[in-house]
Amino acid sequence: MAEAAQKIDGNTTLDPAGSEELKTFYSDMLLIRRFEEKAGQLYGMGLIGGFCHLYIGQEAVVVGMQADAGPNDAVITAYRDHGHMLACGMDPKGVMAELTGRAAGYSKGKGGSMHMFSKEKRFYGGHGIVGAQVPLGTGLAFASRYRGDGGICFTYFGDGAANQGQVYEAFNMAELWKLPVVYIIENNQYAMGTSVERSSAVRDLYRRGASFNIPGEEVDGMDVLAVRDAGRKAAEWCRAGKGPIILEMKTYRYRGHSMSDPAKYRTREEVQTVREKRDPIEHLGQRMIAAGIASEEDLKAIDKKTRQIVNTAAEFATESPEPSPDELYTDVYA
Amino acid sequence: MATDILMPALSPTMEEGKLAKWLVKEGDEVHSGDILAEIETDKATMEFEAVDEGRIGKLLVAEGAEGVKVNQPIATLLQDGESADAKPAAAPASAKEPKPQNESAGGATAKPEKTAPKPQAPSAETLADPEIPQGTEMVTMTVREALRDAMAEEMRRDESVFLMGEEVAQYQGAYKVSQGLLEEFSDRRVIDTPITEHGFTGLGVGAGFAGLRPIVEFMTWNFAMQAIDQIINSAAKTRYMSGGQMDCAIVFRGPNGAAARVAAQHSQDYSSWYAHIPGVKVISPYFAADAKGLLKAAIRDPNPVIFLENEILYGRSFPVPKLDDFVLPIGKARVVREGRHVTLVSHSIGMHLILEAADVLAQEGIEAELIDLRTLRPLDTETVLDSVRKTNRIVTVEQGWPVCSIGSEICSVVANAAFDYLDAPPTKVNGADVPMPYAANLEKLALPTVNDVVAAAKAVCYRE
Repeated sequence: MAEAAQKIDGNTTLDPAGSEELKTFYSDMLLIRRFEEKAGQLYGMGLIGGFCHLYIGQEAVVVGMQADAGPNDAVITAYRDHGHMLACGMDPKGVMAELTGRAAGYSKGKGGSMHMFSKEKRFYGGHGIVGAQVPLGTGLAFASRYRGDGGICFTYFGDGAANQGQVYEAFNMAELWKLPVVYIIENNQYAMGTSVERSSAVRDLYRRGASFNIPGEEVDGMDVLAVRDAGRKAAEWCRAGKGPIILEMKTYRYRGHSMSDPAKYRTREEVQTVREKRDPIEHLGQRMIAAGIASEEDLKAIDKKTRQIVNTAAEFATESPEPSPDELYTDVYA
Repeated sequence: MATDILMPALSPTMEEGKLAKWLVKEGDEVHSGDILAEIETDKATMEFEAVDEGRIGKLLVAEGAEGVKVNQPIATLLQDGESADAKPAAAPASAKEPKPQNESAGGATAKPEKTAPKPQAPSAETLADPEIPQGTEMVTMTVREALRDAMAEEMRRDESVFLMGEEVAQYQGAYKVSQGLLEEFSDRRVIDTPITEHGFTGLGVGAGFAGLRPIVEFMTWNFAMQAIDQIINSAAKTRYMSGGQMDCAIVFRGPNGAAARVAAQHSQDYSSWYAHIPGVKVISPYFAADAKGLLKAAIRDPNPVIFLENEILYGRSFPVPKLDDFVLPIGKARVVREGRHVTLVSHSIGMHLILEAADVLAQEGIEAELIDLRTLRPLDTETVLDSVRKTNRIVTVEQGWPVCSIGSEICSVVANAAFDYLDAPPTKVNGADVPMPYAANLEKLALPTVNDVVAAAKAVCYRE
């Protein structure tokens, strides 16, 4: 059986004292799930164009990592970025309006799905070139160290980018200069259609920092609490001035690489098995019910509220005007 | 309330498809993420998932149907207690066409007017060099010293400016441009990098996103090809892609073009490569004063700036005004010498050729007007056109290859905007269209010479 389908038991126990945090996790993950489903639907209706990479299945990674993010911490990722933006607190309306290419989008409709930013929320993109965000994120960490503002940079990339040369150039400088950067490898096991097995000589991606003395840890990326705990430890490591650290999140995307991916490189059964056994949202929901932290009705109420937020965002995104033609030549230079 | 499930577009180009197979039947309960059907697009067979929860009412399109249009209802979805005959609500709001920006309240002008003009690129502002007060002392210094002084002055002025690159600190710069900076500013602000252009360029751009003002030195611009993705895709495009939200005030600098006897991989002129890119400014000075005044301007500029120096010019000396803060405008060419008969346009080390050629031509009674472009983007076409309207003839001179060169651009601008003024075809002098050879004699043949410029100038003047 493929590695993807193996169930990794979360060995973290639910503490009722943290029930508010758990509800927030549940609701934040569900927001990403419902947002992405809606984005997929709008894509199907022709309202979103071009490339659109959905985060469905990977929600626990960014939600768990953001749990302890501080005010000076930065986030940067590649093009599967909608979840990261929502987890950073960006407005679903502005994100969805960018997907539909409207003036009210975060990039005024000029960036689209892969290129969105919020300086206010310290989300630095949204980058369309595989691996490019890794030196960029290392530079964000460099700036925090230069200023001494105590911030760290959460730099996300996938198992595909983990084979990019510039990633290792960045690793080298990050360790050499002890930069406060957490490298989060979201290993969803397929770089577009090429599995880790077929693309990577060494498949334990958390060990990829070994030749630079960067420590790494493998984390169950389908368990938001495991992610939170690993993220907390990694952030402490960086804040203590010990330099970079790598977290390899074992995760899974349910949808294709992008909307037009027929996903023939894996079986429907493989996807179904992960959905049934490891789904980060279902799994947390069941554990919350079992621990008496929430009832079925509570979770349904969260879902209802979430769908409302997403529907409002979709309405906003489809009713907002396109950018004015005058915007063609603006924002090229300051 | 019953809703329609619509035929989805499953690729950027799909307009219709085949409903290959239903995976649900009427009466089935469905949840978000359940696969409803297999749909054949123009590219592949795709699975189509449910977004909303409910019970399948009617399947409106039969399995195997071809040519099903995108957004055509293919099934109805019922909520609790509804019967299969429930009428679907009006199409969801999201199915509406996007509203054009200029639509009037009545919606009567939904179609864009055919006569609506295309937006125009903004025109260049009028710029001028600052007045140099009478009696200002002129100090003779090398281009190398001028560049160093510019960096040192800006680093004193602004704590967020720092220099990084290969051998910039302890070695004092591969070409000694950063001499003395480590001592003054410490290794916090003058940073030796590993020989990894792609990585440290990206790191610099990231620091620029965070609001610092990095100066990234390339030992030569040839090595920046390793980093060109970060320069163009990350530095140049991000302001636009972010709708103006993101800044990247960064200077990329280093020697550009042929040095001497270092052969093809170390002897390329990148002027036209970078001048092609919207989102960067490109500067390529010749004189020491311009090197200083423009590098200071580049460091202060909020945009990414490509600063193309020249190894052979580093050691040349020129007068530089002794002023506390000598900053020149980016985007302004300079008429270096006035003349009536022909305009010679160049930049960087090409200026040396046209200055010498002008002396030769003067002996033959041809008065050449010399223009130093100084900035290649934005290109000061007005100064060039003003000159051509006077001389009616133009020769462009540069070391770079001829195809799509800076000269190609200038000739195109002149042919367009000053066609009626021309008494001869606009003419280019370029390096030979070959990778730079190593052999001394061949290298000489590959580079433009004073004689080439003189010959071209005489040709457009119809003189033997």
